[in-house]
Amino acid sequence: MTNSPPPGTFFQRDFTWHPPALTPGYKTSVTRAPQRARIAYDNTVTELTGPTFGHNIIGELDNDLTLNYARPGHSAQGPRIIVHGHVLDEEARPVPNVLVEFWQANAGGRYRHKKDSYLAPLDPDFGGCGRTVTDAEGRYHFRTILPGPYPWPNGVNDWRPAHIHFSLFGHGFAQRLITQMYFEGDPHIDICPILQTIPSKAAIDTLVARLDMNHTVPMDARAYRMDFVLRGQRQTLFENKMEGM
Amino acid sequence: MRYLKETPSQTAGPYVHIGCVPSFAGLEGMFGGRDLGDKMITGDAKGERITLTGHVHDGTGMAIRDALLEIWQADAAGLYNSPQERRGAADPHFTGWGRQPTDGETGRYRFETIKPGPVPWSDGRMQAPHILVWIVARGINMGLATRVYFDDEQEANAADPLLARIEHRDRIPTLLARREGDTYHFDIHLQGPDETIFFDI
Ligand SMILES: [Fe+3]
Repeated sequence: MTNSPPPGTFFQRDFTWHPPALTPGYKTSVTRAPQRARIAYDNTVTELTGPTFGHNIIGELDNDLTLNYARPGHSAQGPRIIVHGHVLDEEARPVPNVLVEFWQANAGGRYRHKKDSYLAPLDPDFGGCGRTVTDAEGRYHFRTILPGPYPWPNGVNDWRPAHIHFSLFGHGFAQRLITQMYFEGDPHIDICPILQTIPSKAAIDTLVARLDMNHTVPMDARAYRMDFVLRGQRQTLFENKMEGM
Repeated sequence: MRYLKETPSQTAGPYVHIGCVPSFAGLEGMFGGRDLGDKMITGDAKGERITLTGHVHDGTGMAIRDALLEIWQADAAGLYNSPQERRGAADPHFTGWGRQPTDGETGRYRFETIKPGPVPWSDGRMQAPHILVWIVARGINMGLATRVYFDDEQEANAADPLLARIEHRDRIPTLLARREGDTYHFDIHLQGPDETIFFDI
């Protein structure tokens, strides 16, 4: 047994900030949205704990999508970029040592997936996925190529803005999050049915990465900056002592 | 002080497999050729070995074939394999975390795991053995959390503090996995008369 206090509970989620389950503009949600209210309860040790993934699971090229599926001596086609930022909590504290996974279409907007039948060709040197673990200051970074926009069956002419999908773990399973990152200046942002499932423009804006010339590597790759925020956690200092924990 | 807002959720989309289970998606050799979370038992883990399996149904009743499920659970002694677990050291041969896609043809998911031990509620009373389940898929804007309880744990279930607070008692069976030998069957219904109870965790 250890003497450290149990972790505090997570801040309540603001469901008016996240997209609701039922968003008819995104048609697939209509049959996949639960209709009853979620039942809430105080976090227990089940939700306060979560899996951990050491830095040792990460291979040398896991965070370089330009190379991690490329043939020897080749690299993925498309504009080369670096995506970087912090994983923070709602009190702006860094979240260190957490797994960040990402996946995306290639420069033409095509996924390496048997269900993607878009006309744009596959790139033999691009797989489309990567992963990393945040450092002690909650930072992450990876290299990739700028993904292309792509059409998808929803309306007759809906196109996704260029985007990268992200999966994030926190320190407790209640912080688990999957989301998408977009690129500053993309005119599809304002007309994308999936992005527009998010009710507020301010919330949408937090998913838009900014061009970051300071971290751009001259003659090599432009940089985009994107920070992620996971749920905050109460300090046990202020909590009632939990009997029996 | 100034608080930041949590990053808004977005759907995992139809191609979540590329990022989370790339070997399943056909990206041969990616990440050493092994999908993270595919094996929860990594050695001589203590406890009863079980299979947890079922389907995820949409509002039309169809089993959805592009979902991804994650489970998180205690070991046989009721301890979590996590740095946040402060009550003792969990079984080193059991990760407690699994990730599996639903089958692209049949829609069936399947976890090989162990039966979890009981863990405490926030006031110290014991909860019935349970597994936390998290479901993402195309059309799901934010991951859905539910819990698996076990239909052969009637006494523990009857004393469970979370089950006790569920007002609509007729919905509790949506949280019960049905035992058949070493297999527990647990179907998830996103909508409809049998809609699974989802939790705000
Ligand atoms: Fe996408």
